[in-house]
Amino acid sequence: METQDNDKQEYNITVYTENQIGLLNRIAIIFTRRKINIDSLNTSPSEIESIHRFNIVITESEEVVRKLTRQIEKQVEVLKVYYHTNADVIWQELALYKVSTDVIAERVSVERLLRENGARVVVLRKDYTVFETTGHREETDNLISILQPYGLIEFVRSARVAIIKNSEGFNSKLREFERLEPGEDVIENEYLNKGQKVFTM
Amino acid sequence: METQTITQEIGETAEAVKTPTTELTGSEALLEALIVEGVETIFGYPGGAIMPIYDALYHYNDKLNHILVRHEQGGIHAGQGYARTSGKVGVVFATSGPGATNLVTGLADAQIDSTPLVCITGQVFAHLLGTDAFQETDVINITTPVTKWNYQVTDATEIPEVIAKAFYIAKSGRPGPVLIDITKNAQIQKFDFAGYTQCDHIRSYRPKPIVRPQYIQEAAELINSAKKPFILWGQGVILGSAEQEFKAFVEKSGIPAAWTVLGAGAIPTDHPLNVGMLGMHGNYGPNVLTNECDVLIAIGMRFDDRVTGRLDKYAKQAKVVHLDIDPAEIDKNVKSTVPVWGDCKETLPMLTALVDKKAHTEWHNKFKDYTRQEVEQVIHKELNPTTVEMTMGEVIKQLNEITKGEAVIVTDVGQHQMVACRYAQFNNTRSNVTSGGLGTMGFALPAAIGAKFGAQDRTVVAIIGDGGFQMTCQELGTIMQSGIDVKIIILNNRFLGMVRQWQELFNARRYSFVDIESPDFVALAAAYRIPGRVIDDRKDLPSALNEMLSTPGSFLLEVMVTKENNVFPMVPQGCSVSEIRLK
Repeated sequence: METQDNDKQEYNITVYTENQIGLLNRIAIIFTRRKINIDSLNTSPSEIESIHRFNIVITESEEVVRKLTRQIEKQVEVLKVYYHTNADVIWQELALYKVSTDVIAERVSVERLLRENGARVVVLRKDYTVFETTGHREETDNLISILQPYGLIEFVRSARVAIIKNSEGFNSKLREFERLEPGEDVIENEYLNKGQKVFTM
Repeated sequence: METQTITQEIGETAEAVKTPTTELTGSEALLEALIVEGVETIFGYPGGAIMPIYDALYHYNDKLNHILVRHEQGGIHAGQGYARTSGKVGVVFATSGPGATNLVTGLADAQIDSTPLVCITGQVFAHLLGTDAFQETDVINITTPVTKWNYQVTDATEIPEVIAKAFYIAKSGRPGPVLIDITKNAQIQKFDFAGYTQCDHIRSYRPKPIVRPQYIQEAAELINSAKKPFILWGQGVILGSAEQEFKAFVEKSGIPAAWTVLGAGAIPTDHPLNVGMLGMHGNYGPNVLTNECDVLIAIGMRFDDRVTGRLDKYAKQAKVVHLDIDPAEIDKNVKSTVPVWGDCKETLPMLTALVDKKAHTEWHNKFKDYTRQEVEQVIHKELNPTTVEMTMGEVIKQLNEITKGEAVIVTDVGQHQMVACRYAQFNNTRSNVTSGGLGTMGFALPAAIGAKFGAQDRTVVAIIGDGGFQMTCQELGTIMQSGIDVKIIILNNRFLGMVRQWQELFNARRYSFVDIESPDFVALAAAYRIPGRVIDDRKDLPSALNEMLSTPGSFLLEVMVTKENNVFPMVPQGCSVSEIRLK
C-alpha cells in the first residue's frame, strides 16, 4: 500500500467540528503521528453558530488523504470531513505588507505596482503603510518580491481558506446530525459507486 | 431515559413546578452518576488531587465496591479485565500527576484493543493549571492519542453531563477508553444537582454507520459464487455481542472460519467449522490457505500486521468482504471489494438470510490436510513431549482436561501467551483475556483481578511468564487484601522467551539481555499470604493443577518448563502468511 511520491498533490481537507477545547490537538496528532506535515491550517467559526470549520492543506496521495479523513471523522466531536483537490475548491490566502510611507509617497512606481497587484491600503500612517492582498500563494509571493527592493518592513500571510465548488453548505447536514436517527448517508465505496460517481467522505 | 433523583423526600417538599434538586459536591455527583450507570466495582488508588472523591467514596462504601490496587497501571489493567469478561465499562480512579501518567500504558492497551473504560483522574485546582503545581501534569494532552475521548472538568455543574457522555462514548460503537480529569475545586464545589440522565445521543458522534442493504446483497452474491470462501473473525463479534448471529452465519454458509487472538472463544474452540488461529503463531492451514481462498470474509477484525504478515503478498488472489463498525478500518490495511459498514449484530443476520446453505467439503478437507501436517510436525511433540523438562503446551493441555474449557484464561505477553491461545480450549465467549494489540507485559496479573470481578462465578486462571510476572507482581498485594480468587500459573523458562526465540532464529543466537533471573515466586506469594507450589516434574502436573483449582481463594503454581523451546508455526516478520514455518 506504499504510495509513490509522484501521486502526491495538494489536498484541502475541510472539517466541521464542535467548538471544543483540545480538539485542535486531537486533529493535529492524526497528522503528526504519521509524520505528515500540515502545509496550512485555518480554524474559525463557520456560518453556523457553535460549529467550527477547519481548512487543512497537506501534500499527500489520495489514498493517504482518504485514510486520514476517516481517522478525523472518527473523532467524537467531529461532525463531517471532506477532502478536495485544488481544482475542486476556490481558495484564497490573505497577505499583509508593511512598507515605509516615504517610499510610497516618493516612488510613484510603487503605487502603480501595488494597484496592479490588487493591493489595497489598510492603514496609512506617517511612518508606514500597510497593504493587503488576497490570492493564491504565487500571487502573494509575487508581491513580496516586487516590494523587496523598496524596503518591505514586515510581511504576514494567513492560512488558506477554501470554498468547495460543489457544496450546498452545512446547514441541512447539521439538521440531520441533530436528529437521533440520521438519514441514509452516501458512503464512498468504489466498488458499488463506480458507475454512479458518488463522492463524499 | 430515567432521571434519578437522589433525595426524593427533599424533592417532594419542594415547589411542584421546580425540578427537584439537591445540593451535592462534584465528588458526590460523580458517585451518584456511577451508581446510575450500574457501576459496582472501581479499581483505584488515592492521592492528593483526588482526595475529595475518596472522601465522598467513604460514605458510598455500601453502594460502590472500591478495590485498592498497588499501582495505577494495575488499576487500569484490572478495569480492562473487568470490561473484557463482563462486557460492561471498567471504572478506574487515579490521582493527578504520576497517578495519571501511570494509566497511560493501560489506556494505550485499551485503545488498541477497543476496551470500554471510564478513567477518572484528579487534577490540581483550576487556578493552578499551567503553573507547574505539585503533581500537576497535562493529562489531557498526554492521553489524547490513547483515548477515544477525554475531557477536563473545572466546574462541578458539568459533572453529570460529562460523565453521561463518558459512559455513552466508552461503550457505544467501537468501544474504547475515556478519561475525565476533574480539578480539585470542581470535586469540592457544591451545586444544585437535578439528577442524572444517561446519554444516548451526541450530535457529532455516529457510533454505528448506517447499514445499507445494497452492500449486504453484493456481499451475499460474492459469497454464494465463491468456491473457496474463508472467514476471519475478530473481537468485533464479541464486542458486538453477536456470537449467536455469527454462529448462525458460519453454520448456514458452511465456510471455514479462523480467529484472531482477541476473537478466540466467540464460537467454541472445538466447533467443527472453527479451523484455528490466524497470524504469526497461528495455525498452518488458516495462514497458508489465506493465500488460496477466493473470497475472504473479515468480520470485526482489523488486519493487524501480526495477522497479515507481508501485506503486498496477502490474499492478493481473493475478493474481500469486510464487515466492521468502524469505517476507518475499511481499506486501512487490506482493500475491500465489498465493504459492509455496520454493527455485525445487525449485518450478520441480514447476510445469513441471503447466503446459500453449503458444506464446502473439499475445501474443508484442505484445512484438515494442513492440520494433520501441523499435528505431526508441531502440535504432537508440544503436547506430548519426550523431553525431560515440561513444555508450555502440555501444561495448557492438562489445564484443559481439568477445567473442561470452562475457565477464563488471562494471559500476559510472549511465548506463553501464544501457546495458551493456540492450545487453550474455550467453550464460552469472553473467556480469553489478553493484551493483543499493544502486547503489554505485566497485563495478566492485574487483568485477572478485574476479570474475576467481571465473571464472579467463573474460574479465572492467569497464565504468565516469569518476565511479565515481575512487571506487576505487586498486585499480589491487591489479591491478598481483597481476598480475590485468582489462580496464577507462572510458566518459568528462565528466559524472556519470545525475544530469545527471535534472537535464536534471526540474530544468530546472540542472546542479548534475555537471561532473566527470578525470585522464589512461591516464597513471594507466601509473603502475600497466597499459597503456592513449584513443580519441575511432569508426573506432578495433574495433582498440582488440581491442588491449585481446588484450593479456596488464590493460588500460585510455578511450572518449570524447557528453557529454549520455540513457538511454531511462525510467520517470520516480513514474510507472507504462506511462507509460514513449521520449524
